[in-house]
Amino acid sequence: MSTKASRSAARLMISPAVILLLMWMIVPLVMTVYFSFLRYNLLSPGATPWAGWDNYYWFFTDPSFKDAIWNTLALVGGILLITVIGGIGFALLLDKPMFGTGVIRIMVIAPFFVMPTVSALVWKNMFFNPVNGIFGNIATSLGFQPIDFFAEIPLLSIIFIVSWMWLPFATLILLTALQSLDQEQLEAAEMDGANWGNRFWFIMLPHLARAITVVILIQTIFLLSVFAEILVTTNGGPGTATTNLTYLIYVSSLLQFDVGMGSAGGVIAIILANIVAIFLMRMIGKNLDA
Amino acid sequence: MSLRNTLASATALSLVMGAGAFAEEITVATVNNADMIVMQELAPQWEEATGNTINWVVLEENVLRQRTTQDISTNGGSFDIMFIGAYETPIWGANGWLEPLNDFADDESYDLDDIFQLVRNGLSDTDGNLYAVPLYSETSFTYYRTDVFDEKGIAVPEGQPTYEEFKEMAAAAHDPDNGIYGTCQRGKAGWGENMAFVGTMANAFGARWFDMEWQPQLDSQEWNNAITYYVDLMQNYGPPGSSSNGHNENRALFKDGKCATWVDATSAATDVKNPDTSSVADVTDFFKAPQQVTDKGTGWFWSWALAIPASSQKKDVAKDFLKWATSKEYFELVGETKGWVAVPSGTRQSVEEDPRRLEAAPFAATIVDAILSVDPADPTAEPVPYTGVQFVAIPEFQGIGNYVGQQVAAALAGQQSVEEALANSQQFAVREMTKAGYIK
Amino acid sequence: MARAISTKRKSVNTAIAGTLGFLMFFPILWILILSFKTEEDAIRAPLQILFDSGWTLDSFAAVQARSDYFKHFSNSVIISVGSTLIGLMIAIPAAWSMAFVPSKNTKNVLMWMLSTKMLPPVGVLVPIYLIFRDTGLLDSRFGLTIVLTLMNLPIIVWMLYTYFKEIPGEILEAARMDGASLREEVLYVLTPMAIPGMASTVLLNIILAWNEAFWTLNLTAAKAAPLTAFIASYSSPEGLFYAKLSAASIMAIAPILIMGWFSQKQLVRGLTFGAVK
Repeated sequence: MSTKASRSAARLMISPAVILLLMWMIVPLVMTVYFSFLRYNLLSPGATPWAGWDNYYWFFTDPSFKDAIWNTLALVGGILLITVIGGIGFALLLDKPMFGTGVIRIMVIAPFFVMPTVSALVWKNMFFNPVNGIFGNIATSLGFQPIDFFAEIPLLSIIFIVSWMWLPFATLILLTALQSLDQEQLEAAEMDGANWGNRFWFIMLPHLARAITVVILIQTIFLLSVFAEILVTTNGGPGTATTNLTYLIYVSSLLQFDVGMGSAGGVIAIILANIVAIFLMRMIGKNLDA
Repeated sequence: MSLRNTLASATALSLVMGAGAFAEEITVATVNNADMIVMQELAPQWEEATGNTINWVVLEENVLRQRTTQDISTNGGSFDIMFIGAYETPIWGANGWLEPLNDFADDESYDLDDIFQLVRNGLSDTDGNLYAVPLYSETSFTYYRTDVFDEKGIAVPEGQPTYEEFKEMAAAAHDPDNGIYGTCQRGKAGWGENMAFVGTMANAFGARWFDMEWQPQLDSQEWNNAITYYVDLMQNYGPPGSSSNGHNENRALFKDGKCATWVDATSAATDVKNPDTSSVADVTDFFKAPQQVTDKGTGWFWSWALAIPASSQKKDVAKDFLKWATSKEYFELVGETKGWVAVPSGTRQSVEEDPRRLEAAPFAATIVDAILSVDPADPTAEPVPYTGVQFVAIPEFQGIGNYVGQQVAAALAGQQSVEEALANSQQFAVREMTKAGYIK
Repeated sequence: MARAISTKRKSVNTAIAGTLGFLMFFPILWILILSFKTEEDAIRAPLQILFDSGWTLDSFAAVQARSDYFKHFSNSVIISVGSTLIGLMIAIPAAWSMAFVPSKNTKNVLMWMLSTKMLPPVGVLVPIYLIFRDTGLLDSRFGLTIVLTLMNLPIIVWMLYTYFKEIPGEILEAARMDGASLREEVLYVLTPMAIPGMASTVLLNIILAWNEAFWTLNLTAAKAAPLTAFIASYSSPEGLFYAKLSAASIMAIAPILIMGWFSQKQLVRGLTFGAVK
């Protein structure tokens, strides 16, 4: 259907978005790349001499760097696992007939509306605090030693908090997909004697595949840069137990104000993010005919 | 853009027409500490008197420090007044980022000389230029619960105990089944959090951050002794979750009656001894922060002060507010409205000698003595090339202090050994000092 | 042939889902309760808080006294709604052309757009801060709106693209045959058909913009600071602060929570990202 005229019109119409995003991407990127080759610390004003690859050397040899990569992967992977499996469970459950569907659905998706800062503060103080928090209170009243969450299982605690916020999102998308499933197909399978497990595995799960892909793609984009939750709760510690790549860059560029090294970290993070993007694109390519 | 400009000028016009011709709007970045919140409550009196208005930006300490450093170092000009500390002031002043306040000395009614010399020195650069005026100053000392000490038959030390003696007190007082922990100390990582206490403790154990050649000394036996002691003390006699407790968390715990001892800022005393805000006001007393192999640098020095960034466009109005907020009249105002026990401490001689103050807060004299006995220029047993008791007054210290703080917190949380923590810290400090060019 | 579902089955489902739903919702419910307690009550044991303490509005008053809620609230509204609307204006034409005049590169362009979201904000804060300083955009709602627009533009384009793709091209072609211009085609034929999808796009982006806490905190001081900055002064305790923290939290999340609740049907139907065929 596309004529030559409509094709050029199309190019014209897509251009504002593309140009703006290009600028948004390229201007800071060029500056970041440039800064990453300078000896540039905001705390020591004066000349910013050329530093060559020094900043990259310092960033790569940072003792926290390896931990940060590992923590980033563990965070993203752990949260994806919890939210996808939990989301499928919730979606299956909410898809069933029940009383008060609306109210229950509202309660399940509510955490998605909560600001990351607020949710981290609330979990940290009202729940995880071993002296005044609810979990500590329950443990003490049952005669157990309360768990000191951010000292004993710091990364798991962060995964838990972030999962609480993203589980509703996964549920929403998976529920939408599930509701579009042809009921007659399911009933026909049931008549043929397929048990629930078989129906789930051979009919529902394939139907959900695209939705799961979408959940993974969108969440990965957001989870790669989890930051507020770490800043508010653990400040990346104890030690480097909860330092992810984003937080490590924050430490260099905004706590030590070493813009040069922070920029080198930024460039590295962008490269890694693009590797993930390519990987995701391959995966999406199979599942999404975009 | 043109729409925005029109809107902006329209707003500006309405502002000018709404208020007096000379009314200005200033933006103040402040930290959410009790004394600053009181200032925010009282500031409308200044606003009414001058016709100016204040936009308060209230942030948590770490966020405040990041936001203000970012703004001032890029000459951003977002703030007209900032609350900053004794660490930043001389460094930023020397960088030319702060408006000098030397002319405050010419104002007789302000009486700059009434502010303690030691505090003013801490807020000046090496040439003696004053860059900030203090709201309050503090050192550290030991809070203890007289009722708990009585009940458990613990002798109150005369003068300065050693850390070994201190541990015995904490052990004797420790009674978690009845909700009393032997000692509460800072464990939350950060150069201004756990490292403030750990730094003074390390000084007491004879440790130092750097030798005279700026070589980091974190792998020394003295540091090892100090951190081993600290981890042992906190794991055995501290509250659960101590590796995430900072000053404010511990203050809340102590005021709530959950701690028998607490070595921390003297500035918290006005709060802890205030019956309106504390459940242990009547049963709390103080003694000096412990020593060990030396008594040098065992109490820290800190001051929260108001400064004007050089990038501010409204310096005159800002100066006017600074004078008001640290004037004798302001302290008087706090005394009359909030009670003389709540007046910020360690700033003005006249305030500390005021009979109303001495009556409401008999402990104030102890605090002033403690503050005036600190010598940031001579903080350690062995000679060092830096000033600062619980910090090292160089820009690189924030990064190093935060990293070491994290390592110590990880050792406290039981995630690594003291040896590992200090080895990592040493390695990091050497890297940073090499990167910054101190180590050739 | 629909089966009759026994009331018993339905009750069991309700019980299970209700319990899990309640657990998910409990943290929010809990701060709602705490926000109406005194500070002293707020740190007592949970059962005492529930059954043995009074109610008060003190915390809300204390929070309001510290920072003006309504200023922050209106900034949040302006920034999140503004960035979503500007985003829509840019995204609709882009999504249209990708959906109806696809080329070899469409998929790559889409993926590239999404990948711009992977830029770690902390890595580019200093450059952006310098640009904002030099253009006078620091602490302005306008500057913040622009940043959030760019942050969320890829998501908006993608969502709209998937909705547009569901619309049969023949209808547009018929409109064109009737002499509709391109502008009329997009405005009067395409847009109304995509309203449900657009509604959920708008909702999702308002939520994302409302909750964005990095740029909003770092690029503002006093004038343009939204609710994320409002909450930032409570992130470390000062004495007893659970009730005040709860009150501030409730004030910060309530507007978006209420909006989300009223529009949850829309969200459940609309958040497909092209996942439903």
